[in-house]
Amino acid sequence: MKRFENILGPEGCGSLGHFKRRTLLGAAAGLAWLTPLSRLLAASAEANSSTKRPKSVIVLWMQGGPSQLETFDPHPGKKIGGDVKAIDTPVKGLKLADTMPLTAEVMDQVALLRCVTSKEGDHERATYNMQTGYRPDPTLIHPSIGAILCHELSAEGVEIPRHVSIFPGPFSARGGFLGNKYDAFKMFDPRGQLPDLPRRVPEDRFQARLSDLDVLENSFAQGRRQDLGSEKTLHRDTIRRATTMMTSDQIEAFNIDQVPTEIQNQFGDTPFGRGCLCATQLIETGVRCVQVTLNGWDTHANNHQLQSARAGDLDAAYSATIKLLKEKDLLDETIVLCGGEFGRTPKINPAAGRDHWPHGFSVALAGGGIRRGVFLGETDPEGSKITPETKHAVRVEDIHATIHSALGIDYEKDYQTPIGRPMAVCQGEPIREILADT
Amino acid sequence: MWLKNIAFIALATLLLASLANWLLLPPKVNAIDRPTIVVSDGIDTARLAINEQFQKVWQDNDLKPAPKADDLTIARRISLGLTGTIPSLEEIRLLENRPAEDRIAWWVNHLLEDRRFGDYMAERLSRAYVGTENGPFLVFRKRRFVTWLSDQLMANRPYDELTRDLIAETGLWTDHPGVNFITATIDQDGTKEPDVARLAGRLTRAFLATRIDCVQCHDDNLGGDLKQSDFHELASFFREAQNSFVGIRDDKGKPYNFKYLYGDEEVTVPAQVPFNQDLLKESGGTLRQRLADWVTHPENKPFARAIVNRVWAVMTGRPLVQPVDNIPLDGSFEEGTYPAGLEPLTDDFIAHGYDLKRMIRLIASTEAFQRDSRADHELTAEHEATWASYPVTRLRPEQVIGSINQASSLHTLNADSHVLTKLVTFGETNDFLKRYGDAGEDEFNMDGGTIPQRLLMMNGNLVKERTKNNFIRNSATRVASLSPNDQVAVETAFLCVLTRRPTEAELEHFVGRLKNKDIKANRSQDLEDVFWALMNCTEFAWNH
Repeated sequence: MKRFENILGPEGCGSLGHFKRRTLLGAAAGLAWLTPLSRLLAASAEANSSTKRPKSVIVLWMQGGPSQLETFDPHPGKKIGGDVKAIDTPVKGLKLADTMPLTAEVMDQVALLRCVTSKEGDHERATYNMQTGYRPDPTLIHPSIGAILCHELSAEGVEIPRHVSIFPGPFSARGGFLGNKYDAFKMFDPRGQLPDLPRRVPEDRFQARLSDLDVLENSFAQGRRQDLGSEKTLHRDTIRRATTMMTSDQIEAFNIDQVPTEIQNQFGDTPFGRGCLCATQLIETGVRCVQVTLNGWDTHANNHQLQSARAGDLDAAYSATIKLLKEKDLLDETIVLCGGEFGRTPKINPAAGRDHWPHGFSVALAGGGIRRGVFLGETDPEGSKITPETKHAVRVEDIHATIHSALGIDYEKDYQTPIGRPMAVCQGEPIREILADT
Repeated sequence: MWLKNIAFIALATLLLASLANWLLLPPKVNAIDRPTIVVSDGIDTARLAINEQFQKVWQDNDLKPAPKADDLTIARRISLGLTGTIPSLEEIRLLENRPAEDRIAWWVNHLLEDRRFGDYMAERLSRAYVGTENGPFLVFRKRRFVTWLSDQLMANRPYDELTRDLIAETGLWTDHPGVNFITATIDQDGTKEPDVARLAGRLTRAFLATRIDCVQCHDDNLGGDLKQSDFHELASFFREAQNSFVGIRDDKGKPYNFKYLYGDEEVTVPAQVPFNQDLLKESGGTLRQRLADWVTHPENKPFARAIVNRVWAVMTGRPLVQPVDNIPLDGSFEEGTYPAGLEPLTDDFIAHGYDLKRMIRLIASTEAFQRDSRADHELTAEHEATWASYPVTRLRPEQVIGSINQASSLHTLNADSHVLTKLVTFGETNDFLKRYGDAGEDEFNMDGGTIPQRLLMMNGNLVKERTKNNFIRNSATRVASLSPNDQVAVETAFLCVLTRRPTEAELEHFVGRLKNKDIKANRSQDLEDVFWALMNCTEFAWNH
């Protein structure tokens, strides 16, 4: 076994420890859709942790810019209101658009920010801004929330990627200056097994192949940049993680086929719904951050019909995610963020569409160290811009500071970029009104 | 009877030996009985100017450059950049038969006349012109467009002429394939006409390396001067392009109306260019022809800079200015706005009639292109950033699959390959690309490899098919069967897959591996394992 350590590392799939875990758990695997390993890991984490802290994040990413007016911040009867009606929620004074009846029922678990502002109105730039908390900077790439989580929080015992993006869009979550190794693992509809996992040759030949590979990697490293493998190609690390995955029981978390139909139906029979269900399984297994993307919110024309359809997909999946996490007792450890890169204009354009609007839109947070059943502000019923001076106005970077704070990450500390430039984890301030008392 | 048997065995041995000789020793070289040294065709002055700028950067930053790479390494870069694949064993033998002094220049010229160059470069450039989507049904013919573009590249049509065709061509998408630049944007669910805004965005990014589409919806909010009107006035040049039963034609006098972000009502938008307005002809021709003349005007340097930066990126894996489609409109090397190499390459390209093949020869001849990615002294990210060492960049999915296919064949896979080989390769390519992940239009991002890619390479079907026991098709089997000894087998495998010979340590390891009897495998499987390892290492998956 020793000769493979160079390529596999001490925690590689060839390690004795790994085989022991497999042997122990192999017999029990597949008996229930809640993987025994994840339960064991959860129990182990609980036993080891002195203070209970949220440990994971699910980002439900609404690519294109959802309309606040057709989702979380309706203004029916007003000139800007469009065709939606408002419905009650369990939270006093809070009404949602009637496109989201199931979500309305779980708002007592949610902290809703309705006066979020940003300075970016272009999809790519605004997505970057929302996912990293920083505005685009041509000199470096900032890490996304998931990358920071993976960098800061331990994922001991997790044999599958700790940062996952389901239905990745064109601007997927990056490790940025923290390194490509924190980039999200990209996957699509979680039906069936992940492909290419079984090895093609007997174990002894496979191990000999890895040994050959080790010789070639040593050769390639000679005379080249010292950090080439660790910071750029990540080749050895990627092979090590791939071979670990090949023999891990935890890969079952990527597959929702074993989940009872009744539960699958609660998430809606949509790719996004399946993605959200998969996200809960991954979080349960110990994955730090899962981003699930729902596309189709960029409604410059025919706004009402298109937003209603997307809101329908979101409604079932979002409410089911919150409920399932709560049922599994995971909501206290998991922050669920739901939002897009910006909102949409109060004014309806001649094509019955709404355009980009970074001057007041909604972001919903739930779980983890976030207060439940609160909402901050609302956009102007007449359609005026929210400015930083507006009561309850929240900047994008403040949302990041809030999440990091709730996760127990020192959001003010500086990272060093590869060229030695200090860069704070986050520029914003936590939103105290939505942080739960610790 | 025994005499017959002996005669048969002798004959068979003779046959096999000659077959081995044919496959593993230098193939017969028809092209060059008496090699003619390739002359420099007058690029020396430009090359010196480019090299001087790079040297100045290295000196100013106190960086000791890496030495020049060996010929096979440079040849591999050129093959990957121009044909999307590695050199075949046959080509390596051919190359090594050339006199050392002209080997690289000859290799570039050789590939520029190979149809694979036209096809590969056309595929790469077409991403910027028409995107990677399937596009509108019937009226957009991607395959036809790429083939036409490949024809133009093979004929070395001046790039300004080619661009004018793309912007201003009329006719049917089949007879006049250049119009697919226009028809790719047709909104089939809505107006059924070309989308002027998308055309303006494509035009500025592809031909001017300017992201003016950022102001499509609002004025520049980042402190720049560009207004929303700049974008739409440029888009207005496409307003007369109409889709009709005779294809794309220009409907003279058709207006373009648009309501600006803070406007009260729609206004008729005039056609105007966002910079260098003095280069725009006041009249004559259609609006699109006037726009095409402005874009390709010799004094409109952003046009030449854009293609210089893109071709450099296709050839090396990394553009001179990143991102590839966003170069500052004004600046200079002296001020630090433009990187080393950009201006002299641009000036040479304009001065020599927008000759793409000349530009490619020039790029391949520069010191920056020929630096090694290794050195005896310490190399850092700064060396790579300034081209003091050749940057190690990830191969595109097409390059990976092209290289797998080529490495598994001892002979060159090109336009002359057997139709069955091409068909099989085509099917496997599509499946592999789907799984490996196409880079899309954002083709020069610098991400590391991914776990799904590694799983696909380690356990996927293609590598298995291309390395398994198959004497007709796979080089691994042929090397296993025909090599006179283990050393030759290992060396041939390295040349096939990594375009180099093994180091002493590697040779010792792999020869030992072939002799190892602990693992139950026949010789063909042993070589399959060697090819598998070579195809799964960093060196294979990255340009270096």
